[in-house]
Amino acid sequence: MQKQRIEMDYSRYDFKNPTEYELKFEKGLSEEVVERISKLKNEPDWMREFRIKAYKFFKNRPVPQWGGNLNDINFDDIIYYMKPIKGKVDRWEDLPEDIRSTYDKLGIPEAEKKVLSGVEVMYESEVVYNRVKKELDDLGVVFCDTDTAVRKYPELVKKYFGKVVSSNDNKFAALNSAVWSGGSFIYVPKNVKVPMLLQAYFRINAASMGQFERTLIIVDEGADVTYLEGCTSPVYSNDSLHAAVVEIVALKDSHVKYITVQNWSSNVYNLVTKRAFAYENAFVEWIDSNMGSRLSMKYPSVFLMGRGARANTLSIAFANRGQHQDTGSKMIHLAPDTSSTVTSKSICVGGGRTSYRGLVKVVKGAENVKSAVRCDALILDDDSQTDTYPYMEVDEDNAITTHEASVGKVGDEQLFYMTSRGIPEQEALNMIVLGFMNEFIKELPLEFAVEFNRLIAINMEGSVG
Amino acid sequence: MSKLVISDLHASVNGRMILNGVDLEVRTGELHVLMGPNGSGKSTLSNVIMGNPKFRVESGGILLDDLNVLAMKPDERARAGLFLAFQEPVEISGVNVFNFLRTAASKVSKEPVNFSELKKRTTEYFKEVNLSENFINRYLNEGFSGGEKKRFELLQLMLLKPKIAVLDEIDSGLDMDTLKTVGELVRNSLKATGLLVITHYERIMDYIKPDFIHIISDGKIVKTGGIEILKAVKEKGYEQYRV
Repeated sequence: MQKQRIEMDYSRYDFKNPTEYELKFEKGLSEEVVERISKLKNEPDWMREFRIKAYKFFKNRPVPQWGGNLNDINFDDIIYYMKPIKGKVDRWEDLPEDIRSTYDKLGIPEAEKKVLSGVEVMYESEVVYNRVKKELDDLGVVFCDTDTAVRKYPELVKKYFGKVVSSNDNKFAALNSAVWSGGSFIYVPKNVKVPMLLQAYFRINAASMGQFERTLIIVDEGADVTYLEGCTSPVYSNDSLHAAVVEIVALKDSHVKYITVQNWSSNVYNLVTKRAFAYENAFVEWIDSNMGSRLSMKYPSVFLMGRGARANTLSIAFANRGQHQDTGSKMIHLAPDTSSTVTSKSICVGGGRTSYRGLVKVVKGAENVKSAVRCDALILDDDSQTDTYPYMEVDEDNAITTHEASVGKVGDEQLFYMTSRGIPEQEALNMIVLGFMNEFIKELPLEFAVEFNRLIAINMEGSVG
Repeated sequence: MSKLVISDLHASVNGRMILNGVDLEVRTGELHVLMGPNGSGKSTLSNVIMGNPKFRVESGGILLDDLNVLAMKPDERARAGLFLAFQEPVEISGVNVFNFLRTAASKVSKEPVNFSELKKRTTEYFKEVNLSENFINRYLNEGFSGGEKKRFELLQLMLLKPKIAVLDEIDSGLDMDTLKTVGELVRNSLKATGLLVITHYERIMDYIKPDFIHIISDGKIVKTGGIEILKAVKEKGYEQYRV
């Protein structure tokens, strides 16, 4: 195997803007910190109690040892709340210069103009910009930050918040439940097909920052929505922590597609709990990319609750030196005639590690379930590592479940084939890697596909073949 | 007029010697057939000619005219005018066939390729090799049948117009009709190219009419001659050539 080097080009994202903060907590976490966040947000009692209870769950739960190495996280060395500006704005020009230039550099307004959609922007702990097109308002679609939703839509929030992912689901979901701030809230009324992409951008700018956004998406019967989130941060020597919770409720006959383009820098722990409930004939899609971070542990899940519900996860993971992508998907079949597919593609290079970890569960009584899992791994050198941990718990005899895994250094043969046609090694590798990711890239809106292609700057040192 | 000269070539894979002194010359316009039993070194020779890094050259030389082929990477060899039609072309998901052909053609021709001209030419080649032009939108070799893969290899040969081409078991696993098509295509591509056709079947010989037949055994060419060798192989097998 030849030595190859692929670099993610972070230069576009690696800038730190001096930002003035209206409020910045001291490092460290305690019940007082949790109380203070709740008070700042002027929350109703039920939410404050929810947070305090969650904080206790967090304290009592040990650091999980079953996946990536989490033991180096120093929870006392993290800032749990940082507020960049007073209030949020709905005109781009009204953003403070330092924040605006951050997003201008990232090309957010351009992207927005092109796709003509609703956009939300979160900087450190707070959503700083939210604009919803009038067209969405007219359809009755709600797209705001979750803090606002707690105040403006208390019935909806109370009914679903923490119901898909309980505050004691896992240590990091508990942490998020205790200190959450920001995130997206979406409600799509019955039979409304949202005619545009809803987008959110999450940016960590400061060092040792903890970002804990909380997203709740409720798609009513027969409704349809596509949501895209993008995550970036600059490189620091201190670790940052991103522990989000995403809850999706897909009611009868609805469709929701959730796209993530994650490109955190290599000092960010990305520990995210994403879960959807899919009711009768609903269709939930997770399109998930994990390009950056030091360690990602993320397993988007769907609970197939109603007859005929469908779910699909398509994920891409890319691990370079010093990175571990421990990702996968969980499909829990709780009703008859439900089906799921999981396609996981991973690339590791330069000593990086990718792991697929997934679960397909079929409970007693969930008849005629179909589930297909496919994991393809591409290893580009001998220093890198990939492994798969597929779990299956099937309690119905007539379930059809398949698992295919190709863990290949197929790269060698493919590279020889391409180079034998006159294509230089680096260009050939570039084509193979982009080709390997193509299934994912073609799910992205065009502007993002172009950006994604650019994001992968491939830079290889091949020894003479 | 080009010439590929292989002299006293020794090569190994995973520490095991496979080629033990191969001597062979192929000129443009000539059609050579290399035959031999399984494990005699046929495919190793084709891989070594094209520079597959899996194989290690221990000694000997390969020259293409005055170029030292062994000092070149596979892509440089291709640009110098060598071509290998693979025995088992690898599937590369997500890499679009036309994008691949366009990239290869522009590298090998060393000048910018006119997009629409290339598209037109490629479409004609697809017809000639009897593949639907829909293949242009598919992924590289993905889901192609055995015969389709072989025909697509020949299409690349026609497109890239190499000086010397090695066709590694281009005939294996083909039904009679496909074999006939492939054989005729091989014969027709000869005009500007020197061909080394590797096979262990005699069937394709009815369609390609070789100028020379070589028998390889234990990594050495043990017999070279004309079509009469074929008859001898049919009657007594390869055993008679064993050293």
